[in-house]
Amino acid sequence: MTNSSITDTNFSTAAVRPRPISWSWLGVVPFLLFTLMFLLLPAANLIIGAFQDAAGNFTLQNIANLSQPTILRAYQMSIGISAASAFLGAVIGFALALAAVLGRLPRWVRPSLMTFSGVASQFAGVPLAFAFLATLGRTGLVTALLFNIFGINIYRYGFNLLSFSGLTLTYLYFQIPLMVLILTPALDGLKREWREASAILGASTWQYWRMIALPILWPSLLGAFMLLFANSFGAIATAYALTGSSLNIITILLYAQIRGDVLHDPNLGYALALGMILITGISNGIYIWLSSRTGRWIR
Amino acid sequence: MKQSRIAPWIGVIFGAIYFLVPLIATFEFSLRMERGRYSFEAYRIVLGDPNFQASFGYSAFIAVCTIIVGVALVVPTAYVVQLKLPKLRPVIEFLTLLPLVIPAIVIVFGYLRMYNSSSWLPLTGSARGTDVLLTFSYVTLALPYMYRSVDTGLRAIDVRTLTEAAQSLGSSWPRILLTVILPNVRVAVLSGSFLTFAIVIGEFTMASLLNRPAFGPYLQLIGANRAYEPAALAIIAFAITWACMGLINLFGAMGQQTQRR
Amino acid sequence: MAFLSIEKLVKTFGTQTTVKGVDLAVERGEFVTLLGPSGCGKTTILRMVAGFETATSGTIRIDGKDVTDLKPNQRNIGMVFQAYALFPNMSVADNIAFGLKVAKKSSAEIAARVKEMLELIKLPQLGERYPYQLSGGQQQRVALARALAVKPQILLLDEPLSALDAKIRISLRDEIRAVQRSLGITTIFVTHDQEEALSMSDRICVMNEGHIEQLGTPFEVYNYPTTRFVASFVGTLNIVNGKVADSATGKLLVDGQEIVTSRSLNGASTGDALSLALRPEALTMGRANGLSNNLDGTIDEVHFLGSVVRIRVKFKDSAISLDTFNKPHLPPPERGQPVTVNFGREDILVLDGAPN
Repeated sequence: MTNSSITDTNFSTAAVRPRPISWSWLGVVPFLLFTLMFLLLPAANLIIGAFQDAAGNFTLQNIANLSQPTILRAYQMSIGISAASAFLGAVIGFALALAAVLGRLPRWVRPSLMTFSGVASQFAGVPLAFAFLATLGRTGLVTALLFNIFGINIYRYGFNLLSFSGLTLTYLYFQIPLMVLILTPALDGLKREWREASAILGASTWQYWRMIALPILWPSLLGAFMLLFANSFGAIATAYALTGSSLNIITILLYAQIRGDVLHDPNLGYALALGMILITGISNGIYIWLSSRTGRWIR
Repeated sequence: MKQSRIAPWIGVIFGAIYFLVPLIATFEFSLRMERGRYSFEAYRIVLGDPNFQASFGYSAFIAVCTIIVGVALVVPTAYVVQLKLPKLRPVIEFLTLLPLVIPAIVIVFGYLRMYNSSSWLPLTGSARGTDVLLTFSYVTLALPYMYRSVDTGLRAIDVRTLTEAAQSLGSSWPRILLTVILPNVRVAVLSGSFLTFAIVIGEFTMASLLNRPAFGPYLQLIGANRAYEPAALAIIAFAITWACMGLINLFGAMGQQTQRR
Repeated sequence: MAFLSIEKLVKTFGTQTTVKGVDLAVERGEFVTLLGPSGCGKTTILRMVAGFETATSGTIRIDGKDVTDLKPNQRNIGMVFQAYALFPNMSVADNIAFGLKVAKKSSAEIAARVKEMLELIKLPQLGERYPYQLSGGQQQRVALARALAVKPQILLLDEPLSALDAKIRISLRDEIRAVQRSLGITTIFVTHDQEEALSMSDRICVMNEGHIEQLGTPFEVYNYPTTRFVASFVGTLNIVNGKVADSATGKLLVDGQEIVTSRSLNGASTGDALSLALRPEALTMGRANGLSNNLDGTIDEVHFLGSVVRIRVKFKDSAISLDTFNKPHLPPPERGQPVTVNFGREDILVLDGAPN
């Protein structure tokens, strides 16, 4: 009795009453339209431009022109600085997050570190350049202190704030805190029981990290590294304020090209931009591929 | 399990030094303007500069516009995705993360090509149009942060029950969003807003390439031409960032308290 | 000598002493439960046996060997945690194999052992699954297999059933006990659930505020509680206030009515006030003759619980609850009806300490 009546109602709702048309998709239309107009199309526009000559015909010449030594060196330098600052930022930030979460430090340490990381990770751009000039520039406080107290002139030893190492050091000021912010929740996700279960099963601390904690953290670590890489790869304000246009990195080159057409070929500019999209795109593709391979166990 | 506490301490102290020394150095430098003694002369000059006031005012105005547009765009989207279209979530999340992948300079370069004065939508043709474009560019820039913040806020409340309760009382959709959902994610929206403000206020690349008289290009100009004022500006900028983050923490704490009632 | 022996074990956290000098001897193959409310120190004892906490003082010996200061990974102990604690990045088989891999066993040996363990927990098909693909009950069985795979000397179970649904909890309870019996492994089980403790244990160690209140078989602990705490914590209990009418013959007065106990009065003399405890299932409705006690009262409340009907009977100042089995042809009594309750002389537990 009951059974058949249930089937009956199911049947009638399925067959007789049509599902009401849902208008809820309208809610996302403005958002999709916005991202299309101000994110996707502008990028697509550049990509298309990279394959056109001045008259609008298809060409691969722009891509070929990227092989100029100046441009190649700029890409190289950008990738180098981004990789170095992302790697160092990831390692140091990971260590700091580790100390804050698992280091059994007094209770005030962690919230202080988090608040400070929140501020420092957003303290980028032009003011950051000013701060480092005042610190490690030729007349900076630390430069002067090192000279007056230890008699060390870091500039004589080949240090230059307006260089690869100088810019990397400066970028670390926001890279490390960014890593701390991203990784702290991931470290919180490591359950105490995992560590204890591994210990009671005979594993050493090192085995716990190698076989359990690091594999679990791996996707987060990798994702954070990629974010840090993209973060410094696309950065320009700090470098520009530090060095003017004297440092040959890709963003500064592109900036100069946009402002003054220094390459005397607007379409080559599009190719430069395409190169940048490709590099961040490929690095993120690698990340997605790696994390899908290593993270099969994630829901 | 005993564990040495020395290594964590060394790490935290190293971190503190790395982050405090540049601030101290910058502050010390900013006081050196008058020969032989410390003074706030650099601050006096900077704050009295009409260009400082104008550019800061302009950037603050654009920041507020950015926040309004961003909230109007993100809240309904995140709400609909959460409630009705969970299948769209990966797509929407992917789109909101794109600005972290596509460099800002590339995006604005695309604008310059697409919306130039001879295009179908010549936004860069007029100052007002360019202001709109700059606002939109900042919305994209802040999109990952704003969306993340609002989405987390929405997940924390029971959107479905709230909506159904409001519907049973006869509320219309816009009313539900404005009077039921928005107040409940107030803290999340405020956090996203302050973060947006912190990002936008000193932004250089987009403002400079769109040629608008914003605070970022002003900072750069001062940096290229003066010695002590940039240090004072850096301290001011740091204070603004700190204030924004402090407000986020403050509202976050308040939000937790209201939830705990 | 006992297989696991704990002597004068003390644990202090800051100013707070959670374990206050506990002695416990567990025989080989025995299943002993530490039962008590949260914060009674039972988990801390378990964690000291495991090596996660260091004892402030006292010793822990396993099979005669002092392990008090050994690290957890040197103790050869198996443990099952409350929150499953399976490694989420490893398949079920890899989880079970973990301890063997760490111990550098050959891969053939590992494979054989994993297969054996999967059959032991009756999940032979699930070796390739990941923890998130399993139900809570399955996860906890895998956790048990993982703990047993290394052939530990002792098995520690830290509230392993608390996170599970009621039905699975009962079936897994029996399963854990069956596995424990078949392997004959010495087991310490920590729980706050008296029903689990009573149904699974060889002996129960009832704990309160850092010390042992009573150690005995489930039968002893339930029927002959030695302290007021044990009496009230284990099982449901009616507590009524009484007065000693004659200490020599065991005559007591409850609300002016006379009853007699055959149990010791714990040294109380005539005229002293006493707390008396009665189990609901020891009480029967109706007047009984002979050596039984009778109390007259009125029915105050009737709770129909399905197989059992719990009836509250009110006397002048006190009230007690009693259980009767549900009988379809016998409807439960009405409220306000006068009733007589009877119980045996040996059913009265005299609690130590003055009534409050």
